[in-house]
Amino acid sequence: MSAIASPALRPRRLRRSALPGLGLSMGITLTYLSLLVLIPLSTIVLKTSTLTWARFWQVVGSPRALASYRVSLTTSLAAAAINVGFGLTTAWVLVRYRFPGRKLLDALIDLPFALPTAVSGIALTALYGPRGWLGRPLRALGIEIAYTQLGITLVLTFVTLPFVVRTVQPILEELDGSMEEAAATLGASRWITFRRVILPNLTPALLTGFALSFARALGEYGSVVFISGNRPSTTSSPLLIMAKLEQFQYAEATAIALAMLVVSFTLLLAINRLQAWSRRRLSHG
Amino acid sequence: MPGIGRHTWRIAVLAALGALLLPGCRRGAAVSRSGSATLINASYDPTRERYQAVNSAFAADWARSHPGARITINQSHGGSGKQARSVIDGLRADVVTLGLAYDIDAIAKRGLIAPDWQQRLPYNSSPYTSTIVFVVRKGNPRHIKDWDDLARPGVSVITPSPRTSGGARWNYLAAWGFELERSGDPARAEALVRAIYKNVEVLDAGARGSTTTFVERQIGDVLIAWENEALMATTRLDRSLELVAPSASILAEPPVAVVDQVVDQRGTRAIAEGYLAFLYSAAGQELVARSFFRPRDPVVAARHAASFAPIVLFTIDQRFGGWRKAHAEHFADGASFDRISGE
Repeated sequence: MSAIASPALRPRRLRRSALPGLGLSMGITLTYLSLLVLIPLSTIVLKTSTLTWARFWQVVGSPRALASYRVSLTTSLAAAAINVGFGLTTAWVLVRYRFPGRKLLDALIDLPFALPTAVSGIALTALYGPRGWLGRPLRALGIEIAYTQLGITLVLTFVTLPFVVRTVQPILEELDGSMEEAAATLGASRWITFRRVILPNLTPALLTGFALSFARALGEYGSVVFISGNRPSTTSSPLLIMAKLEQFQYAEATAIALAMLVVSFTLLLAINRLQAWSRRRLSHG
Repeated sequence: MPGIGRHTWRIAVLAALGALLLPGCRRGAAVSRSGSATLINASYDPTRERYQAVNSAFAADWARSHPGARITINQSHGGSGKQARSVIDGLRADVVTLGLAYDIDAIAKRGLIAPDWQQRLPYNSSPYTSTIVFVVRKGNPRHIKDWDDLARPGVSVITPSPRTSGGARWNYLAAWGFELERSGDPARAEALVRAIYKNVEVLDAGARGSTTTFVERQIGDVLIAWENEALMATTRLDRSLELVAPSASILAEPPVAVVDQVVDQRGTRAIAEGYLAFLYSAAGQELVARSFFRPRDPVVAARHAASFAPIVLFTIDQRFGGWRKAHAEHFADGASFDRISGE
């Protein structure tokens, strides 16, 4: 590239990388992101802008829309939170212990990603439905899972299961064992060692896994339609968007999509901040 | 330019342009010199079997009058509304054969089909009809006879949501129209429909989902279904189910249309129109009847009269003043369905 660049033109902030191919890879990245993310997302804004302000607020603030955000946000947050707990445990078991069938269990974790989500939805509804193997005894105990928000949380937990496990696993694998030994020699109990030494190291990864699970769960449609029963109390935002589309109300559908986008972007930004903060704390502490 | 050199930017821009220009090829003419062509029929879910039979019969029929011409019809299936959206968004279907006129109207509103499409073919452009009936468990243990029985406390009803399923709007209007037919009182109609939908245990997103819930999951006492689907299920698939015909129901008229913009661009208008005309022919009507839809042709209908229960049938135009009005009064935001579902 510019080997003859005069010293005056030397980059001030961004140092020229020693690696070649910046131009090419930057061009590909920009095109790729534009075609896949930026342009499609901007059409959402564009389509929504065909609504008047008054109509926009009427659509995104209607009781039905508000109820759907509530359903989507609570079930997605619950699913992500459950996965943080169980994902950490699963990653711990896979990394720290050696037992027969470990490799198989490890491979099993990714299965929810490979399955078409409609299949997951149908399978879980069959199992947890009022006449299913697990649904029937649970119903006898007074717990209804299918066709309630509990059911939605269940499929979302299933669909997003791999995120936390796969983000925490590599960190756990590379965690320096000498830290734990040092903590032990300094007289820390096993619980203190876990809470004060291991957990802080895992927090950024846990947050990443949480954010990924949450974001993925918010948009999930395929599996949710089967288990939700689609009643007013179990109508998620993606389902409401489908209902709008079914009436050919494109602009109304994109308005709700936009509202969801803003909410989830804000939440993800907050999680990102939290992550940066925990990482900083880790490197300083 | 600090940071990234000019040369670097130029490569970036070129790489971006190159990627954009890649898919620049055009497709050739749709109809070959021998008159052969491949058409797309965008249809809705429960017509899969029928159009397989119709398509090969039409190809043979067309070849008799146009020697050397080989016609292939490719099917596209999905929910009726979803199919309409695909066509609006650019699926190059030559003909659409959907579940309700509202969906074809939506395509026409965007200029792809002439506004007067429903007057172009006989019988409101619907070459076959069906109606809404009940499917119950063997022996009809809950004694379901008519629409009133669906409103009884404790009866569990399965039907898809009219919000997400075009076909389910027929179900909803059938119940509503039954009461209008009986008493002519809209308030009583709303009360009946409210009671029925209160009994709905699972409101699936589509007709296929409802059938799965009822047949596979074994949930519910009665499934509200299209007659063709109910006949198919009770005679061919599952002997543990029975069909119950209500005293009155709606005449469901699934419409068909040529997509003007597509056939004019591709030069396939003659074939597409011939294809739809074939549906009205004696041969076409026979295939329609065998797939459990009610044929329009009186001769064919008489031959298959035994297959279809005698039901008083009212049309959407008679009872509801057409789809546009029915949609505004029942399925738009804040309309009757919103009212009865308590939102």
